[in-house]
Amino acid sequence: MTPDTVPASRPGAAAAPLLEVRDIGKTFGGVIALRGVSMLVRAGEVTCVLGDNGAGKSTLIKILAGVHQQDQGEYLLDGVPVRLGGPREALDCGIATVYQDLAMIPLMSVWRNFFLGSEPVTGPLRRFDVARARKVAREELRAMGIDVRDVDQPVGTLSGGERQSVAIARAVYFGARVLILDEPTSALGVRQAGVVLRYIARARDRGLGVVFITHNPHHAFPVGDRFLLLNRGASLGRFDRDAITREELTSLMAGGAELDDLTHELDRHAASPAGGQDDTTGG
Amino acid sequence: MTSLTADERVAGSGRARRLLIRPELGSVVGAVAVFAFFSAQSAVFRSADGVANWLDPASTLGIMAVAIALLMIGGEFDLSAGVLTGTTGLVMVTLATRFGWNVWAAMLAGLALALAIGFANGLLVVRTRLPSFIVTLGTFLMLQGLNLGVTKAITGTVQVSGLRRAEGYQGARALLAGSVSAGGVDFRVAIFWWIGVTVLATWVLMRTRAGNWIFAVGGDEQAARAVGVPAARTKIALFMTTATAAWLVGSIMALRFTSVQANAGIGQEFIYIIAAVIGGCLLTGGYGSAVGASIGAVIFGMADKGIVFAGWDADWFKFFLGAMLLLATLANRLVRRYAEEVRR
Repeated sequence: MTPDTVPASRPGAAAAPLLEVRDIGKTFGGVIALRGVSMLVRAGEVTCVLGDNGAGKSTLIKILAGVHQQDQGEYLLDGVPVRLGGPREALDCGIATVYQDLAMIPLMSVWRNFFLGSEPVTGPLRRFDVARARKVAREELRAMGIDVRDVDQPVGTLSGGERQSVAIARAVYFGARVLILDEPTSALGVRQAGVVLRYIARARDRGLGVVFITHNPHHAFPVGDRFLLLNRGASLGRFDRDAITREELTSLMAGGAELDDLTHELDRHAASPAGGQDDTTGG
Repeated sequence: MTSLTADERVAGSGRARRLLIRPELGSVVGAVAVFAFFSAQSAVFRSADGVANWLDPASTLGIMAVAIALLMIGGEFDLSAGVLTGTTGLVMVTLATRFGWNVWAAMLAGLALALAIGFANGLLVVRTRLPSFIVTLGTFLMLQGLNLGVTKAITGTVQVSGLRRAEGYQGARALLAGSVSAGGVDFRVAIFWWIGVTVLATWVLMRTRAGNWIFAVGGDEQAARAVGVPAARTKIALFMTTATAAWLVGSIMALRFTSVQANAGIGQEFIYIIAAVIGGCLLTGGYGSAVGASIGAVIFGMADKGIVFAGWDADWFKFFLGAMLLLATLANRLVRRYAEEVRR
């Protein structure tokens, strides 16, 4: 297990991390959802949070996003301890979260979605500045390299990857410094996932600190600068990119020894195809 | 990434499709067809007098249909809207004739009651998360009982009348229930109220933040909430808007007839929804238009009077309305599917 070390070549390496949590924990009634987890996010870097279902990923991001408050540990923004009162407060601190399903309204146009909840207004009647909203949406998507044919088309006509990308561009435009992405690639095909990974890299290049939550090490490895592995609410380890290989990450993700057992079991199956029904492992 | 190709790909069919994807399209086609049909049957129908005649039922229905359309775009129904036109009318006439109130004051009391009922509807829907269909069905039945019970208790009959003798009647009638002469033809003032309501609703929908929120809460309430849209406030405001429209229509009717039946407005609630759906509103919310609902009301007005002008039995009207509803819904769905598919 390698502690978090910052490569000297990174710009802004000397400054305090954008966001850091130290030894945070959270219990719901009698259930310990998270304990002793630490992580940090730096500007221009991607921090990947990996874990299987029930590992505590969503509890962690909900704490980061201000939805929950931690019971133990410290939450630091720019090195200063804070306690976020809610998602709106997190947003005001520049922490934007893009949830997998809650990103867009399908029947509304791209530009209406882009500004939903933060519409620009103009004039004494405070009317919705439609011309500006259209123009800015088009420009921002283009700046992120997102190729939606027409900002007037309903979001429902976009592919899943395009929707995630528009949501990312929206968060970037509204001044996010930390971008939390909740399983942005899990519902997508291989090619679509690649598209989203490219926009994650682009957001990183624009100087954002990205928190990328996923259960797929093959998605995390190509873009991640540091990795946090969670298992059953606790940290399984923190690694810098150059301290771990894709194979090690995959193996750790699947629970190391557990995966070996599974491989062994499946091998035995393959070796004795005539084994029949009595060979099945009961649930 | 090539940024220029972005626009080139839609240049060919973009404009045509943008026209097709408009929710009003089905109702415009329907209105033209119905107008052509009855014009061929009757010369009076297409005369200026005829137009003024069939615009009259379209106007009061249209005011309600536009408000209901906004509510439906916001993802909710209001079945109490019809009976509320009766309630507000009854309150106004009762206060003015039995308690000696000035007509204007009585109207304001009706407005206050309507806003309170709209607020209660909205709050119940938002807080309980019950379907608005059920909540407002409850309000509908309760108001129906109250209208009848209170009217009978006060007057001993099933109607209140005599508004003509009340103080302030002439002024209120001129504003809400009078006529305006244009080119020798008398148009009801309600027609102008209806046009005003349609323009205002369209502006709110297309050019204000509130309009964006209405589409959003109807399209996906959870997603809207997640980006900071005040969903509860938006929905309650929509129910209060519907109630205000019911008050306006109730007052127009009361001033026109100077009396109100205790069962006034009952059965109208579905006509409002039909007009909104013909105008392109989806039953599932998040899509529709105020202009479309108005055109739906025009179709209704033309059919209502056109059957009489053509010398047919008025019994056929309901059949016609049902067929129109089915056709319009099918046309809307086809058009939307086409418009969305080609873009992929």
